[in-house]
Amino acid sequence: MIAFWVLAPVMVIAALGILFVRKAVHAALLLAVVMISLAMLYAALEAPFLFAVQIIVYTGAIMMLFLFVLMLVGVDASDSVVETIRGQRVLAVMVGGIFAVLLGVIVGQAGIGTAVGLGAANEGGNIEGLAEVLFSQYVLAFEATAALLITAALGAMVLAHRERLVPRETQADRAAARVRAYGEHGDHLGPLAAPGVYARHNAVDTPALLPDGSPAEQSVPTVISNRGTGRPSPSYRDVDRVVGQLQSRRDDQDPATDTVVEGSGSAARGEDA
Amino acid sequence: MTLSSSTLLTSAAEGGHHSVPVVEAMSPDGVFSLLWLVIALPLAGAVVLLVGGRLTDRWGHWLGTATVTGSFVLSVVMFVQLLGRDDAERQIGQHLWDWFAVGDFQVGMDLLYDPLSALFLLLITGVSALIHLYSVGYMEHDPRRRRFFGYLNLFVAAMLMLVLAADYVGVFLGWEGVGLASYLLIGFWQHKPSAAAAAKKAFVINRVGDIGMSLAIMLMFVTFGTTAFAGVSAAAGDATESTMTAIGLLLLLGACGKSAQVPLQAWLLDAMEGPTPVSALIHAATMVTAGVYLVTRSNFVFENAPVAQTAVVVVACVTLLWGAVIGCAKDDIKKVLAGSTMSQIGYMMLAAGLGPAGYAFAIFHLVTHGFFKANMFLGAGSVMHGTGDDVNMRHYGALRKAMPVTFLTFAMGYLAIIGFPGFSGFWSKDKIIEAAVAENYLVGAAALLGAGVTAFYMTRLMLMTFFTKERWEPEVHPHESPKVMTVPLVVLAALSVLGGVLLLGDWVTTWLTPVVGEVEHHELPVPVIVLTGIVVVVVALGVGLAVLLVGRREVPREAPQDVSFVTRAARSDLYGDAINDGLVVRPGGVLVRGLVATDARGVDGVVEGGAGLVGALSSVLRRTQNGYVRTYALSVLGGAVILVLAMVAVTW
Amino acid sequence: MDDVTPFLVLSAILFSIGCVGVLTRRNAIVVFMCVELMLNASNLALVAFAKHHGNLEGQVAAFFVMVVAAAEVVVGLAIIMTIFRSRRSASVDDASLLKY
Repeated sequence: MIAFWVLAPVMVIAALGILFVRKAVHAALLLAVVMISLAMLYAALEAPFLFAVQIIVYTGAIMMLFLFVLMLVGVDASDSVVETIRGQRVLAVMVGGIFAVLLGVIVGQAGIGTAVGLGAANEGGNIEGLAEVLFSQYVLAFEATAALLITAALGAMVLAHRERLVPRETQADRAAARVRAYGEHGDHLGPLAAPGVYARHNAVDTPALLPDGSPAEQSVPTVISNRGTGRPSPSYRDVDRVVGQLQSRRDDQDPATDTVVEGSGSAARGEDA
Repeated sequence: MTLSSSTLLTSAAEGGHHSVPVVEAMSPDGVFSLLWLVIALPLAGAVVLLVGGRLTDRWGHWLGTATVTGSFVLSVVMFVQLLGRDDAERQIGQHLWDWFAVGDFQVGMDLLYDPLSALFLLLITGVSALIHLYSVGYMEHDPRRRRFFGYLNLFVAAMLMLVLAADYVGVFLGWEGVGLASYLLIGFWQHKPSAAAAAKKAFVINRVGDIGMSLAIMLMFVTFGTTAFAGVSAAAGDATESTMTAIGLLLLLGACGKSAQVPLQAWLLDAMEGPTPVSALIHAATMVTAGVYLVTRSNFVFENAPVAQTAVVVVACVTLLWGAVIGCAKDDIKKVLAGSTMSQIGYMMLAAGLGPAGYAFAIFHLVTHGFFKANMFLGAGSVMHGTGDDVNMRHYGALRKAMPVTFLTFAMGYLAIIGFPGFSGFWSKDKIIEAAVAENYLVGAAALLGAGVTAFYMTRLMLMTFFTKERWEPEVHPHESPKVMTVPLVVLAALSVLGGVLLLGDWVTTWLTPVVGEVEHHELPVPVIVLTGIVVVVVALGVGLAVLLVGRREVPREAPQDVSFVTRAARSDLYGDAINDGLVVRPGGVLVRGLVATDARGVDGVVEGGAGLVGALSSVLRRTQNGYVRTYALSVLGGAVILVLAMVAVTW
Repeated sequence: MDDVTPFLVLSAILFSIGCVGVLTRRNAIVVFMCVELMLNASNLALVAFAKHHGNLEGQVAAFFVMVVAAAEVVVGLAIIMTIFRSRRSASVDDASLLKY
């Protein structure tokens, strides 16, 4: 009974927590607490097989399923606390309270007396005893659950299946689309320039430089440029300086030197030069 | 039936004039086994013409004429065969098939050929054949001539069914058949609203009579358990008199509808909207006499119901004067003849209502009337044909020179109908007046007066049409009709003149004895020859008056309006339509409007109010269906709480 | 350990909390968790009764409940996924078109 009196408050608090927490993930974790506690109570109630099943099936499988779905739906999707249906919350608490009190009072007042205990029934082992009942008396129901599980699996597949409405796009299709875009709008036909040619710390947010030294806008991923987290223009200033030096030097020397190759190591190296 | 017919007839002869003959038919043999063919021929003709469509357009009218002529030939052959038989063997029945059997009620498709049917068969097929022939010419320019002949054949088949059936249900079949044919033919030119309305009117008024007929048949079944002539006539004497009176009055109602007797007379005058051959065949010679046939055939009913017989006589007297008065005022030649038809059928009904004293004369007058009225109607058609379909007698005048054959044949019919001594009408009408005088002075006086009035209006018609000055429009060129039309006229004229030979040696009464019983002989208050003289004098007075009033004066082209009340009443059919309107149509309309209002407000109000109430309640209750799963779940939990509480309450 | 009444009372409390959770939470996944809570509460009662009566049928029943719950979770979560995919929302109140 010690286990009960320790676990019962924990379970009630955790269950109440499910009602109040805003994030579904927290609710799932609280539910896991309740379930594990419940498994322990099963052990206390001389049901070792159910103790194991509770942990494996509920806590292990079903809760994982919940968490997977939560992940797909969005982990931080949280409920609004404002009740939209008028009177729903008050009525729900009232009726639920009445229900709880009613059941509690009935059970408490019933005075069902001393339990027989499962000592005799579990004599040959709990699992063996369960198996004997399950495969003799309830064999038909057991087979039916097999059908039920298969049906459920099938149903889940049907529900989760997404019908393909258009044929899969092949490489040839993509190439044709690209050429078409080039023909109609003059879009860039070849692969875009890779960014970060002169990067000093993050190669992705630094645009590549075109042959004339100006930055290639399209070499930076659109996500970064839309967020505005690309390298701000002042960081190009040293690049500009390098370009300027290279140009003045080219004016003095042989203009045939490839400036881009010369300065392609890094900006720091260019400074050293 | 256990008694043989010969025994019955002997006993009838011995038992004096009050025993009613019983219908008991022999099985058919020889040519009589072809009895069904008489009906089947025109029926087949009708089917071919109406189903065949335009394929039969070119020869359809000849087919129609041929089928009816075939029936006529068969009728003549059978008639001759029947003449050669003993009285006792003159009722031949042919069982074709069992029509239907419902419990105890069995109706066979039975035909009965006896002296009465034989005469009718001759009249119907003979006159029909002539009128078919006439129609070939008359309807020549009508694009729907083939259909017309189909209807005519249908009519002939139905009429033959009516007179040949050995069962009241069979009679009813024919009765409805002729009603249908009459409707179709009156409304044959249905593009004219007046024709369509007239057809509808005839149909509706006939339905009123048919209700009487069908109720009579049902009453017969309830009373006797059968509707066959044989069964009813054998058991008629055993029924209570009140039952027989009811049956008789109901049959009279049926007869009134079909024969245009007061109070169901209003349709006949309008029925003249149909083509003239139709008027001649259906609304003068044959169908309208069905009522007389019914009363005569049902003699075993009426002999056991004196009250019904009296009713027949009263109706007949009223009608014969009613029709005669209408005939005096009309300017439409066909309507004059229609009024005359009503009046003459009144004579027949009168004779039929007099019982065994008159049945034979009713049939006799029916036959002669069939000849001379068909003759005159066809003559009128010929006149219309020659004057461009004008029916107004005020637009005729002096046609005797333009159309001599029509004039002469018409004159034969005229002399026959007014009862000029020696002509057929003289013999038949004289006999009826004799019987009426013997029965009751008042009835006799009515019949006598009718004869005088008949002479007046027929003379008026003759004068306005064939004599006096020419009044036709300048563009009208009266001319004689083609041969195909005048030949039937000549034949019918001859029959009109010679129809009286049937009475030679009391042949017709003897002939009909097996059907209607012995003729009773009443003592007349004056010698027969004196009464005949009185009739002739009355007729002469009528003729003279007409000559004085019409022949000696100028006939205006437009009908004068400042006329006496009597003339105005007669012009509007003695207010027959107004009476119908006032007594039936308008109260019916008010009643229906009231019922409609009650239905719309009361019944519909309750129903729609209930529906509206439920709807309003629902629109409130449906607010609970707000679509939120959580609300529904709450109510489920609430229900669970209530359930637990209930269990607790029960346990503790 | 001779009286299972405390277990039954705890079971009733957990069940009621699960009920209230179903009625008040709007995130379909949390609602679903509350349903699982209710199922587990009933399982507890079943196991407690098994001990009370001294036979294993209660435990077998609890086992069946678990199997059915597993099947239910699979299908239920698939439905939630489908709804979320088409409506971009996991709120049970958003799926409220079937109404007056």
